[in-house]
Amino acid sequence: MWMKNSSKNFLYFSSSRRVAGDTIFKIVSAIFASSVLLFIGLMIYELFKGSWLSIQTFGFLGFVLGTEWDPVAQVFGALPLIFGTIVVSLIAITIAVPISLGIALALSEYAPKRFGFATSFLVELLAAVPSVIYGLWGIFVLIPFLRDHVYTKIQALFGFLPIFSGYIYGGGVLTASIVLAIMIIPIVSAVMRELFSQVPSSQREAIIALGATKWESAKLVVSYARSGVIGAVILGLGRAIGETMAVTMVIGNKFKLFPSSLFDAWYTMPAIIANELLEATYDLYVSALIHVALVLLLIALAVNVLSRLIVWRALRLVRGVARE
Amino acid sequence: MRLDYYMIRVIKDRIALGLVFLSLLLALIPLFSIVYEVFLRGASAISIEFFTQPTPTVGEKGGGIANAIQGTLITIALASLIGVPIGLMSGIFLSEYSEHRLSRLVRFFNDVLNGIPSIIIGVFAYTLIVLSIGFSVTAAAFALAIIMIPIVSRTTEEAMKLVPLSIREAAIALGIPRWKTVTTVVLKGARKAIVTGILLGVARIAGESAPVLVTMGYWRWWFEGLDRPTANLALNVFIFGISPFENWIMLAWGSALVLIMLVLGINVFVKAYVWRGY
Repeated sequence: MWMKNSSKNFLYFSSSRRVAGDTIFKIVSAIFASSVLLFIGLMIYELFKGSWLSIQTFGFLGFVLGTEWDPVAQVFGALPLIFGTIVVSLIAITIAVPISLGIALALSEYAPKRFGFATSFLVELLAAVPSVIYGLWGIFVLIPFLRDHVYTKIQALFGFLPIFSGYIYGGGVLTASIVLAIMIIPIVSAVMRELFSQVPSSQREAIIALGATKWESAKLVVSYARSGVIGAVILGLGRAIGETMAVTMVIGNKFKLFPSSLFDAWYTMPAIIANELLEATYDLYVSALIHVALVLLLIALAVNVLSRLIVWRALRLVRGVARE
Repeated sequence: MRLDYYMIRVIKDRIALGLVFLSLLLALIPLFSIVYEVFLRGASAISIEFFTQPTPTVGEKGGGIANAIQGTLITIALASLIGVPIGLMSGIFLSEYSEHRLSRLVRFFNDVLNGIPSIIIGVFAYTLIVLSIGFSVTAAAFALAIIMIPIVSRTTEEAMKLVPLSIREAAIALGIPRWKTVTTVVLKGARKAIVTGILLGVARIAGESAPVLVTMGYWRWWFEGLDRPTANLALNVFIFGISPFENWIMLAWGSALVLIMLVLGINVFVKAYVWRGY
């Protein structure tokens, strides 16, 4: 389509006449565009610089593997926070993936177009709700509901399992995971839906012509886009890892290596930064918190770059086949 | 035998149909619950005082969120002042020099930046600005601007690519150089779509609380200058929401109501606008 390549054609038209203004324009806009690279580079540098004192005191790995967080004794270690962040995010993604898969299939395979349009808009609105409002809702609506109607029943049935034992506060590991799951469902399902809609309809037609049911055709669509689905899951994981305010408000904020059960309080990396950065009274304390931010940034960057690469490649692959 | 197998497949198909729509329902219940609760509980906090009085101190009755509304508007305006020109110019470059090697790099890192947790961007602003000039609205605006840049950049790029080639051709036929064509003709054609992109960016940063918390802290007074903090709606929800005082919790719900109307309002407006536009 000529419309799609408009800028390419335009280049061809204008190349006959070179104007000084054009060169300036290109350079100036290129500088603004590069600012993204500058900001990311500066961010990594600043976080290294800020955590230098902590790196010198505990060592980078020593801090990552440290299990104590005692501002009075001036000893800091991040391992329990890293565990907390990763485990809570993994539980969240375990809850979110089947539901997101269902939503993506409902909207791309099952629902009539108009209904799909309206519903996907509602799901997108879920992504627009600010994190603190999820937190507020979590404290006053979700926690009382889960505590009184869900957790007590789970404990009555499965209380013999250690993960469902112990005192039920309402907030805690499982509550934080559920709130996180609700928050990442929109993005995971949106990426999956995008992938499924790119699967060529010839695939569906072929299997339906062989007498397959709708569900069997849907399964084929999922397996066709499976590498992208994995990318979408990792993308959701990346979101969950960095989520701050909603988690801070419902997880209970207790520094410990392992919680005694899913109902127990715990702590995550973003939560401790939000709670303690303003109260940090001496340089090493501030530096330790920036060190936590640095570790979080490295994890988030790794997860993000990985998921982007997978989703990009999968989309290109699916589209490339579709074109043939 | 064969019929049995077929029946199993049909039953499986029906169960799958049920599960698929059940998952849709499961995702929408929280949305309805959040909107319902925020409107119900927030509405009882709304009064004339609520919009004209600043935040009360501990134990004081009444009070409002006027200072938080003022602070949020100033912070958003300042963040947009930094973020919009950078995002806009970046988006122009990405659409005009789409195949340029830098464009591919920038597009990728825009996505990466979009995925960096907002609290880290807050800590970045903390080390860069707070450690030199102190907790201030400038530091918060800087952090929010960085969050805004990828959003504005992407929507600008997409909006500019939608401007028909014939309009560019008309400008070339008049002998107008490329930079002038882009900054006047193409930009004007893409204006409305770019504005919706900026609005989406504003909606996103209006609800951000983590970067605001670590760059401004909690501030109970009116705006006092660019080197001082301001009050903030999203932060009100957090600080008042976890407080033990009944009237503060009420203010948290009221702030949440104002915030959700702003954020969802912009989103609904943009979506309705885009639907009509294309």
